[in-house]
Amino acid sequence: MQAITLLTGIAVPLDLVNVDTDQIIPGRFLALPRSEQVSGMFRDLRQDESGAPRPDLPLNRREYHGASILVANENFGCGSSRETAVTVMVDNGIRAVIAPSFGDIFYNNCFQNGVLPIRLPRELVTALRSRLVEQPGSKVSIDLFKQVVTTLDGAAIPFEIDGFRKECLIHGTDTLGMALALESKIAAYESRNTES
Amino acid sequence: MSAEPDIARPLMPKTLFDKVWDRHVVAANQDGYQLLYIDRHLLHDGSFEAFNELRRRNLPVRRPDRCFGTPDHFTPSSNVRLEDIQNSHQRDHVIQLHRNAKDIGFACFDLSDPRQGIAHVVGPEQGISLPGATVVCGDSHTSTHGALGALAFGIGTSEVTQVLATQCLWQKKPKAMRISMEGRLPYGVTAKDLVLALIGRIGTAGAVGHVIEFAGSAVRALSIEGRLTMCNMSIEAGARAGMVAPDVRTFEYLRGRSYAPAAAEWDRSVAAWNLLATEPEAAFDREVSFDVEGLLPMVTWGTSPEQVQAIDGCVPDPADTRDPLRRRSMEQALDYMALTPGIPLEQIPVDRVFIGSCTNSRIEDLRAAAAVVRGRMAKVPTWVVPGSRPVQAQAEAEGLDRVFTDAGIEWRRPGCSMCVGINGDTGRPGERIASTSNRNFVGRQGPGVRTHLMSPSMAAAASVAGRLTDVRRLLGAGR
Repeated sequence: MQAITLLTGIAVPLDLVNVDTDQIIPGRFLALPRSEQVSGMFRDLRQDESGAPRPDLPLNRREYHGASILVANENFGCGSSRETAVTVMVDNGIRAVIAPSFGDIFYNNCFQNGVLPIRLPRELVTALRSRLVEQPGSKVSIDLFKQVVTTLDGAAIPFEIDGFRKECLIHGTDTLGMALALESKIAAYESRNTES
Repeated sequence: MSAEPDIARPLMPKTLFDKVWDRHVVAANQDGYQLLYIDRHLLHDGSFEAFNELRRRNLPVRRPDRCFGTPDHFTPSSNVRLEDIQNSHQRDHVIQLHRNAKDIGFACFDLSDPRQGIAHVVGPEQGISLPGATVVCGDSHTSTHGALGALAFGIGTSEVTQVLATQCLWQKKPKAMRISMEGRLPYGVTAKDLVLALIGRIGTAGAVGHVIEFAGSAVRALSIEGRLTMCNMSIEAGARAGMVAPDVRTFEYLRGRSYAPAAAEWDRSVAAWNLLATEPEAAFDREVSFDVEGLLPMVTWGTSPEQVQAIDGCVPDPADTRDPLRRRSMEQALDYMALTPGIPLEQIPVDRVFIGSCTNSRIEDLRAAAAVVRGRMAKVPTWVVPGSRPVQAQAEAEGLDRVFTDAGIEWRRPGCSMCVGINGDTGRPGERIASTSNRNFVGRQGPGVRTHLMSPSMAAAASVAGRLTDVRRLLGAGR
C-alpha cells in the first residue's frame, strides 16, 4: 500500500448525492480480475446506454485528466461493502476524496488501500466544487501531517482524522499488522471466553 | 456544573449494543480504537480476494471453527450445479470458496449441500448467528443478523483478511441510536413497509455512524423473519448495524437449530441472553420515535431507498421541494426511472417481478407472496428465488412452489440472484422491475434497469396486476 503524506493534484468535482458503490463500480465488473476492473470506475455515470461518453460530466473532460483528488457530495460511497469501489479509484490514480459525509464501510475501506477520505462541512465542499467547475484542471493540495486542505485560491481548510488512521496512511500500512502484534491478548481473550 | 463522581461510571446503565460491544473488547489503543473479537465469520464466493491476500502474506486462518461459508453472490438461480455457471470467472470464485473451505477446514455449505443459500438467510437458519455474538461478513447486509440480538456488520475484503488472520477487527465504537416503533401494524403492512417508511423519514444517511436498536411494541410484535428484514435494511439508512433485543420469540426461533447451543448449554445461554436487553435508564446518542399505526404499503419511486411513498400516493414533483440539492437528485431519479410527477403510483406498469434476496426470501415472505397469487395468473415474467435450500424445501413441502408455477411464475434456486446483478440474473435495459430486494440504485439490477422496492405481497400483487398495486385491494381491505 502506497503511503500518503503530501498530495497535490488536479481535483475533479462530482456533484451527486448518495453516490453508492454500485455507481463507483457496477456489479458486472466484480467477478473480473483487478486489471480488468480499471475501466469500470463510474462506468455508467461516464457513458450512456450506447457506450458514448457523457460530455457534461467533469470526469470525462480533458481538463480534469489525471485527477488524483475527487470532490464529491453527501453520503459518498454508501451501499455495498465492495472494496473494489476503492481499489478501482486507486488504479485510476485517485488518492483522496473530499466530501461532506461518507458511507461507513467505504470510509473504512479507503484506509486499507491508501486512500484519504476527508470530511469537510457541506458549504466548503460545495464552494470547492463550484470553483473547480469554474476553473477546470485546478490543483488542490492536501497535507496529511498538518491536516490541511489548500484550495486553488490559497485558502487553508483544516480537517479532522483519527490519529490511528493517519498513522496508517503516513506509513502505508493497514491495521492487520497491529492486530497480529497483539496475539497474546487475543489468546488471553479466547481462553477467558471459551463458550461462544 | 458539578462533575459526576467517578464512582458513578461502573454503574452507568448499558444498552444492548454496549453490552455486546464491551464483552468483545480485546484491547484498546490511545486513539479510541478497540480491537473487537469476532465470534462468527460468514464467507461467501465474493470473499476470494481475502484468501489470496492471506496466502500472499503467508498467514494461517486463526479460527477455522468460527468461519462458515456458503456460495451465494455468483451462483445462478437457474440451477445449483457448478457446471451451470456459464461465466468462467464466476464459476472460479465459487470453486475457490469450496476449495478454501476444504484446505483450511471450515464449514462450507457448498452447492451440493442441502443447507446452501444466501449467507444472511443461512446464518440465522443454522443457528450460527446468536444473541450477544459479534458477526461479520464481507457484505453490507450483514446487519440482518442483528435481528437475533447479535452485533453484526458488513466489512470490506481487507477486513475479511484481518478477521481470518486474527479473529479480530480494529473498530471505533459507533454511536447508539434507538428507534422506537409503537403501535399495531395495519392490515397488509409488513416489516418491509415499516423499514422503507423509516428510511423515507430519516434518509439513507440518517443513521451514518450509528448502531440502531429497534425497540417498541411494533418491533416486539414482529416475527423473527420480519425483524431480519428490518435489520437487513438498516444499512440502507446508513447504519453500521441494526439490533433487536432477544426475547422469547428469538429463543423459540433458535431452539434446536444445528449450531445453536443444546442441552444444558441451551439453558445457560438463554439465561445469559435474557440479560442483554437495554437497561431502562441507558442513554442513546439519538432517539427517534415512529408511530406505525397510519402506515400503508410502501413502494420506492426513485433510485435511492429514501425515495419512497405510500402506494396510494403519486410520483412526487421536484418543484415542491425547496432544497436545491434534494430537488436535483429527485429530477435525476425521475429521469432515470422514466416517471412523470403527479402520476398515481398505481398506474405504473411493471415489466418483471423479482421475489427474493437476503431482505425477503424467507418462508414467511414466500407464504405472503403465495397468498396473493393463489388462484391468479402472473401478467409479467416473475421469479421467486428462495433464500436457501431449507427455505426451498419448506416451501415445496407446503406446496408453495405449485402455487407459484400454477400462476405462471418461475420457481428458482437459492442465491442472491437479481438483487445484486452479478451472477447473470439481471433485467434488460429499460425494464421496470417490482423487486423485494433492498437497493433501487441506478444499474443495480442491470444497466438501465428501473427498480421499485416493495414487500413480497406487494410484489406478488404487481405480478398479477402487471402494475404497481395496493395489495390490500387484492386481499380484501379491512378483512
